[in-house]
Amino acid sequence: MFEFSPTDYQAMALSAKVAITATILSLPFGYAAAYMLVFSRLRGKAVLDGVINLPLVVPPVVVGYLLLLLLGERGWAGALLRQWDVHIVFTWWAAVLASLVVGFPLLVRSIRIGMEGIDERLLQASRTLGAPWYDSLTTIILPLSGRSVMAGATLMFARSLGEFGATIIIAGNIPGVTQTIPLAIYDYTNTPGGDSMALSLCLVSVGISFSVLLLNEALVKRFSRHRRP
Amino acid sequence: MKLSVSLNKRFSGFDCSFNFTTHANRIGVFGQSGSGKSTLVHMLAGLVQPDNGVIELDGQVLFDSKASLSVPTEQRRIGVVFQQAHLFPHMSARRNLFYGYRRTPVSQRQIEPQALIKVLNLEDLLERNVNNLSGGERQRVALGRSVLSSPRLLLMDEPLSALDEGLKYQVIPYLTAVFDEFQVPVLLVSHSTNEIRLMSDEVIVVHKGRVSAQIDPETLARQRMGRRRAGYINLLKLQESEPQDGLLSFCWESNRLLLSPGLGPEPGMFELSSKDIILFKKHPEATSARNLLPCRVGEVFDMEGRIGVELHCNDGQLIAEVAQKAIEELDIVPDREIFAVIKSSAFRRLY
Repeated sequence: MFEFSPTDYQAMALSAKVAITATILSLPFGYAAAYMLVFSRLRGKAVLDGVINLPLVVPPVVVGYLLLLLLGERGWAGALLRQWDVHIVFTWWAAVLASLVVGFPLLVRSIRIGMEGIDERLLQASRTLGAPWYDSLTTIILPLSGRSVMAGATLMFARSLGEFGATIIIAGNIPGVTQTIPLAIYDYTNTPGGDSMALSLCLVSVGISFSVLLLNEALVKRFSRHRRP
Repeated sequence: MKLSVSLNKRFSGFDCSFNFTTHANRIGVFGQSGSGKSTLVHMLAGLVQPDNGVIELDGQVLFDSKASLSVPTEQRRIGVVFQQAHLFPHMSARRNLFYGYRRTPVSQRQIEPQALIKVLNLEDLLERNVNNLSGGERQRVALGRSVLSSPRLLLMDEPLSALDEGLKYQVIPYLTAVFDEFQVPVLLVSHSTNEIRLMSDEVIVVHKGRVSAQIDPETLARQRMGRRRAGYINLLKLQESEPQDGLLSFCWESNRLLLSPGLGPEPGMFELSSKDIILFKKHPEATSARNLLPCRVGEVFDMEGRIGVELHCNDGQLIAEVAQKAIEELDIVPDREIFAVIKSSAFRRLY
């Protein structure tokens, strides 16, 4: 049953690579966005919140198409990047970008819930003890929201693994280059007799996701032990 | 220390306007809940922005709305002990304790950590998880944490209100020991007359967002006498004791007082209601009450219909509450010799 072709293995490796890269790249931005939404006194907070959450409600295909318009041959960002000889569309970086945009609201949402659970009076206490905001951020907020960061990262990773709509538009479905597991499954289901291969890849996908959940659970447990010396 | 405050803050449905200047080192802010005491503390610490006004501490302007000046909280060097300890749950007691100390420039550190740990009796708590500390222990760590940041002024916002009655008075000796030992200027917010009397030299009375009086704690206690069921509360600091006739004989300002043995033999602070003191014109032949003190009448004052009689017993002073009729019958006038009778069970240990 599990007899994969080289391109299948490439799809698995690429899926993992894309999901890991997207998660790592999004963490600092996601954290900063959540911090701004929870603790800053920005005027345009509601707008920022809306923009961040937009990919959650818009179909991924639309996200992919908008990214394509932006980064494509005639898009202004694409033109800008071309000056430095950077090409994103139809490379694996496009898959990363698609996952990043689509998974970002989930990451921010999760971190935000964790941050909102921090008693503001702890931050007041730290300020009266002489800690400026960046000090409170690293010594109080970061450790106390660590669990939600991990939970958010897991969600982000899982969402990246499953990303399809935006990826197929902006990265295409090029075996060995931009074909991730969902795209490979899609290919198999469109091929006569590909059902069993599709199912095998589905099982691999489930296996990876389940392992991530278990790993996350273990990390969270370890983290909470660390928190209570 | 000199603290001069002139602040206005408007909330929906509530206006605060505080104007006072004080030179006391131990300031009490007294008022009922909802009178704006906590708002004052938050404004002094810079945690709430006043609408307008000026805060000046020892010659340094911390806030001036006209000059658009507001020193950020972390630079004010004003410590705060809140109602709840607000210890950082992810740090050990030791890391909590030293949080402010590490952020204080070496040149500004005035408190020796080991000495403070000793005074607050924190040695055994240092490696503990703060989530497993009792309420009193948490508040001691919180106090130590603030004091170690060498504040120019320590604000205490009802620091004992979250503790139960017995624990409350166990923490007070620690507080007073810290103030005395390390000379930290304190502003204590409380709605308890006893706490204010035990821990401050001057009281700012706050009522409905305004300063209604600036008086000494004793005057506050006498003013409050008319409004409390227990009347005026005498606070007696009793020294060493020895057993006598099945009771405990404590030394109090060159007098001896007999107390019930259940109160424990250690020296400490005791309270005695003004209603539990009975006055006799002449030496009674015999009485079931175990304390008979010859005293001289001082001032006689009327507080909202209740008569208080100041009694001088050697170096000690007590206030007894009597009815108007008794004043006439006993012929109580200043400088008269009189006998006060107190039951040994009338005392209550505070700490």
